[in-house]
Amino acid sequence: MLAVENLEVVYEDVILVLKGVSLQVPEGSIVALLGPNGAGKTTVLRALTGLLDVHRGRITKGRVTLDGEDLQGLTAPKVVSAGISQVMEGRRIFREFTVEDNLKAGGHTASRSAITEGLERTYSMFPVLAERRKQTAGYLSGGEQQMLAIGRALMSQPRYLLLDEPSLGVAPKIVQQLRDLIVQINESGMTVLLVEQNATMALSIATHGYVLETGRVVMDKPAAELREDDDIREFYLGLRGDDRGSLRDVKQYRRRKRWLS
Amino acid sequence: MEDLFASIVRGLGLGGLYALLGVSFVIVYRATGVINFATPALMVLGAFFTGAFGNAMGLPFWLAVVLGMVVMAVMGLFIERVALRPMVGRPAFSASTVTVGIFIVLLIVAGRLIGSELLTVNDPFGLNTIDVFGARLFTIDIARLIIALVAIGIVGLFLARSRTGLAMRATALDQEVSLAQGINVGRMFGLSWAIAAAMAALAGALLTAGSSGVETTIALVALKALPVIILGGLDSIKGSVIAGMIIGIAESLTRTYQPLYAPWLGANFDVIVPYLIMIIVLMVRPYGLFGTKEVVRV
Repeated sequence: MLAVENLEVVYEDVILVLKGVSLQVPEGSIVALLGPNGAGKTTVLRALTGLLDVHRGRITKGRVTLDGEDLQGLTAPKVVSAGISQVMEGRRIFREFTVEDNLKAGGHTASRSAITEGLERTYSMFPVLAERRKQTAGYLSGGEQQMLAIGRALMSQPRYLLLDEPSLGVAPKIVQQLRDLIVQINESGMTVLLVEQNATMALSIATHGYVLETGRVVMDKPAAELREDDDIREFYLGLRGDDRGSLRDVKQYRRRKRWLS
Repeated sequence: MEDLFASIVRGLGLGGLYALLGVSFVIVYRATGVINFATPALMVLGAFFTGAFGNAMGLPFWLAVVLGMVVMAVMGLFIERVALRPMVGRPAFSASTVTVGIFIVLLIVAGRLIGSELLTVNDPFGLNTIDVFGARLFTIDIARLIIALVAIGIVGLFLARSRTGLAMRATALDQEVSLAQGINVGRMFGLSWAIAAAMAALAGALLTAGSSGVETTIALVALKALPVIILGGLDSIKGSVIAGMIIGIAESLTRTYQPLYAPWLGANFDVIVPYLIMIIVLMVRPYGLFGTKEVVRV
C-alpha cells in the first residue's frame, strides 16, 4: 500500500502547498485524486516520486510510505526501482526521440530482456505506436503522445502507476479510450493513482476518491458515494438535481458600492 | 598542385584536432547546458599526463595516450562532482563562469607540473613524411585525422546505440522527465565531463605529437574550438566534425597562399582566420550550420 500521512510540503521555503494531506492507495485499486487548479494534486505526486527538490520543494512534516517503509528522502531513480512509475502532466515525452527510443528510455531501470518484452507488450497494447515506432515522437497526435507516455511509464514494470491528468488536452473520444485502458492496466494487476480534473471520467472507474482543495483533503469516500454526493455532483460533475441550475441561486454576494466605476 | 594537396591534408589534420575539441565542448553543452571554458586546460593537462607516462615512465606512446585519457576522465568526473554539481539548478551562465575559474586553476597546476624542462610525448611520428601523388605529407597529420575520426565515431556510436548513451541524450532533453524514468541525472552529468575530458586529453596528445613539447601555451590552440562549435552549432557532434575540417582547411590554406597572394596582410594571418570565420557566422547564422534553431513562441 502506498500511503501519505499528514503531509506538509513547502516550496521555496515559504509557499505552503500541502497542509496535512493523508491518503492511501491500497494494492489493486484505482484511487482518484480530484481537485481544482492549484489544489496541490501534482505536488502530492512529486512528494511520492522524489521530484520535489527539482522544484525547490521540501517535505516539512508527515510521511510517505510504501508498504510501511519510508519513501521520502529517496531519489527519483530509487523510487522508480521501488516499483512506482508516473506519467507526468502534459505528457512530457522526449519529442526529438523516436517512439521506440522514448519507450527504451522508460525502461532504463529494467533488464535487457525486460525491455524487449516490454516493447512487445506496449506495441500489442497500442497498435498505433507499433506503426510509428521509427517516427519522431513530437509529431504524434495528442492522444498518441499520451499513450506513448503511459507506455513509457509501463516499461519499468511498476507495481504502482501514477497518472497526472491523462485526459488533459485530448479529444473526448480518446478520453474514453484512456479510461478503458486504465481499467485494463488495473486488471492486469497494477495499482493506479489517478489525478484528474475530469471527475466524471475518474469517478466512473475509481474504487475510492479523494477531493483536494487548497492543500487539504476535504472529502474522502468510496467513489460510489462520491458520485452520489450533492456537492460533488454540483461542483465537479456539473449536475444539479433534475433541472439545470441557474447561477443566480449560487450568487450570494452583493456588489459593493465603490466611488469609482 | 602538390602544395594544395599537402595543405589540405595538413588542414584535415588540424581539423581533426579541432573536431575533437569541438566534440568535447558539445558533449558537456548538450548534457548540462554549460559551455566548458576549462577545455583548453584539460587539453594541456592531458598532454602533460601523456608525456609523463610516455616519456618519464617510458611506456609506449599508445598506452600513454590511453592512460592519459583515463586519468583525465577521472579528473573530469572529480571536477564535475566538486565544482559543478552544486551549480545544478542555477543558470547555465553561472556554471559556465565557474568553468573559467577551473580553467585558470588547472592551467596554473599544469604549468607547475610541466616545469621548465622540455617534455615531449615520445610519439612515433616525429617529422616523418610520406610521398603521396608527389606531395610530401606529414604522417602526423594523417594520424591526427584518422585517430580523431575514430574516437569521435566511437563516442557517436556510444551515444546513439547504448543504453547509457540514450540516457545521456534523454538527460540533455529534459532532466525532470529523465529523473522520472529512473535515470540518474547526476551520473550522466559526471559521465559527460569524463568523456569531454578524455577527448580533450586525446587532442592534447595529438597536438603535442609530431611537433613541440608540452607547454601551457598550447591552450591557445584549444580556443580555436570556439569558432568550430559556433560554426557547427553548439549541440551537434556532426556539426563539430564538419566545422572542424572547414576551419582546419581554411587555416591551412591561408598559411600556404596568403604570403604569396596577400602579403600586405602581414605574417601569421592564418592564426586569426578561424576567428574571422566565427564573426561572419555569428552575423549570418548564429545557430551554426547544424545547430538547433531556438524556437520561441511569440
